Amino acid sequence: MTHLPILPVLIAAFAGFVLVLIAGAPLFVQRVLSVTATAAGLVTAIVAVTAVSDGSAIAYALGDWPAPYGIVLVLDRLSALMVLLTAVIAMIALLQAIQGTDRRGRLFHALYQFQLMGIYGAFLTGDIFNLFVFFEILLIASYGLLLHGHGPGRTRAAVKYVVINLVGSALFLVGVGTLYAVAGSLNIADLAGRVAEVAPADRGLLYASAFLLVTVFAIKAALVPLSLWLPDAYAGATTPVAALFAIMTKIGVYAILRVYTVVFDAPASAAVEAIGPWLLGAALATIVIGMTGSLAAAGLRRLVAYAMLTSVGTMVVGIAVFTPASIGGGLYYLLHSTIATAGMFLLAGVLGEFRGDSGDRFEPAPRPGGWATLGLLFTALAVAVAGLPPLSGFLGKTLILQSVAGVSPTTLVWPVVLAGSLFTVVALSRAGSALFWKDEPPAGPVTAPNMAAYVPAGICVALVVAMTVFAGPISGYTKATAGDLLHGPGAYTQAVMDAGRQTSPGHHDEGA
Amino acid sequence: MEILIASGIGVVTAAGIYLTLRARTFPVILGLTLLSYAVNLFLVSTGRLAINAPPIVHEGTKAYTDPLPQALVLTAIVIGFAMTAFVLVLALKARRELGSDHVDGRE
Repeated sequence: MTHLPILPVLIAAFAGFVLVLIAGAPLFVQRVLSVTATAAGLVTAIVAVTAVSDGSAIAYALGDWPAPYGIVLVLDRLSALMVLLTAVIAMIALLQAIQGTDRRGRLFHALYQFQLMGIYGAFLTGDIFNLFVFFEILLIASYGLLLHGHGPGRTRAAVKYVVINLVGSALFLVGVGTLYAVAGSLNIADLAGRVAEVAPADRGLLYASAFLLVTVFAIKAALVPLSLWLPDAYAGATTPVAALFAIMTKIGVYAILRVYTVVFDAPASAAVEAIGPWLLGAALATIVIGMTGSLAAAGLRRLVAYAMLTSVGTMVVGIAVFTPASIGGGLYYLLHSTIATAGMFLLAGVLGEFRGDSGDRFEPAPRPGGWATLGLLFTALAVAVAGLPPLSGFLGKTLILQSVAGVSPTTLVWPVVLAGSLFTVVALSRAGSALFWKDEPPAGPVTAPNMAAYVPAGICVALVVAMTVFAGPISGYTKATAGDLLHGPGAYTQAVMDAGRQTSPGHHDEGA
Repeated sequence: MEILIASGIGVVTAAGIYLTLRARTFPVILGLTLLSYAVNLFLVSTGRLAINAPPIVHEGTKAYTDPLPQALVLTAIVIGFAMTAFVLVLALKARRELGSDHVDGRE
């Protein structure tokens, strides 16, 4: 199935366009279409992961223009994994959205599908300028989704989010332009070879573009000091959007991983060695800011937003150390923490709806009906978010901490990561006792969420449990992925360079 | 010509950064616009500066100019234009809803 790499993007794009055209149709029709498209994306993602699980890579030459002149989409273990994670989170968040959030504004489902199109594209593209284009698609959709549902807090958060991302786009273009001027290509796989051949006199420019690009990706990943936009945006967005945005920071992490392993890992460029220490420092600072913020947060969503900063910092520690074991551990933790934080956002949304005027703020409020189930879900997700045993967050952190030992200044990494976990535990315990134990007598009849409201957060808990049970195969997959990335260009470059080659003019077969 | 283009990009970027750091949304938007102008100029110049040279190579072409940056800058202009339009609408919405054009939404 050679069209596999483009299918996720196409499905979301078509669904998005159709949803725009039928914007006046009954909400039920839109929901059915949106859920069907998202489920189709999920199925495609599962097929994609199985197709490349042996370490192969499938390159798709758009318009059959051979690489490096045309744009290619590349499916390898890393991109397949990220596409699958996106599809899973998108499906879960959509299940929450169709319970009523999508009614609060127009075109929710169309924006949702365009958002998915941008995210899938960013994960699949093998061209660095095309990465910019997909970033813009996912950003403009995310602006729309962030504003969905109105409210002054949302608008205030959106202004900052949009401005910082526009500045980020400008920096991205400068970085890409510099890279093109020095190396003469935009194809990520082609750049790998060219960067190694850059004349020593131009090394400085190469470094400049490497640092510019890492800055842009750090804005997306919300690494300190470029993280200031995140808490307001995530705390302000509607529940399903916040859950879907859990994947957004990981796009930055993915881009750092992809561009730095393929492009800047050439022995001659040494850009990775130059950037590693900066990345590690930023990651540790992110953990510190994240844990401080989660202690200071006055509401559950803001707390989770800061806990997400801590988790981003933790996984970037794994990437900055740059060994197969550490990147593999970082990827495993990435999967876990995305699902866990998305689940916590979803639960915070349900809690907020049933606690009257208090919402998700830590203040005494009438106890919602079904609080036992909510409390159990909260406990499970809190354990997952904080990275306590027995759930997979603990395994992910252990993998990262083990891989760090003996490689880099562990004297700083271990205490900071462990302190991050400790303070997240403290903050979440405080949140749990404030939300569930300090209650007021109800003023009116107690309403309980219907069963469907528990489902999205429940799925997240089930997935985290599954990640713990199948930790062996999953961490094996992530470690193999890291191995692909670090052991030279290999299958990725080979597949890209072969893309579009088999088809000679006038003889079109399906071989490309 | 290189020095002219380079200093031009530098001046526009500096003005753009200064304006982007202002506290009111209108100067911020102007700053973002200037920044994107500077970036577009920069992108054009990444293909090296060549005057009166065709972008398409035929047999016997001596001098040619790199067509790729021109395609890139076209994309960047379109995207930049859409983003500027969006941020303008957002700024108007923020002014209406928050009652202030301060970027923090309050004085």
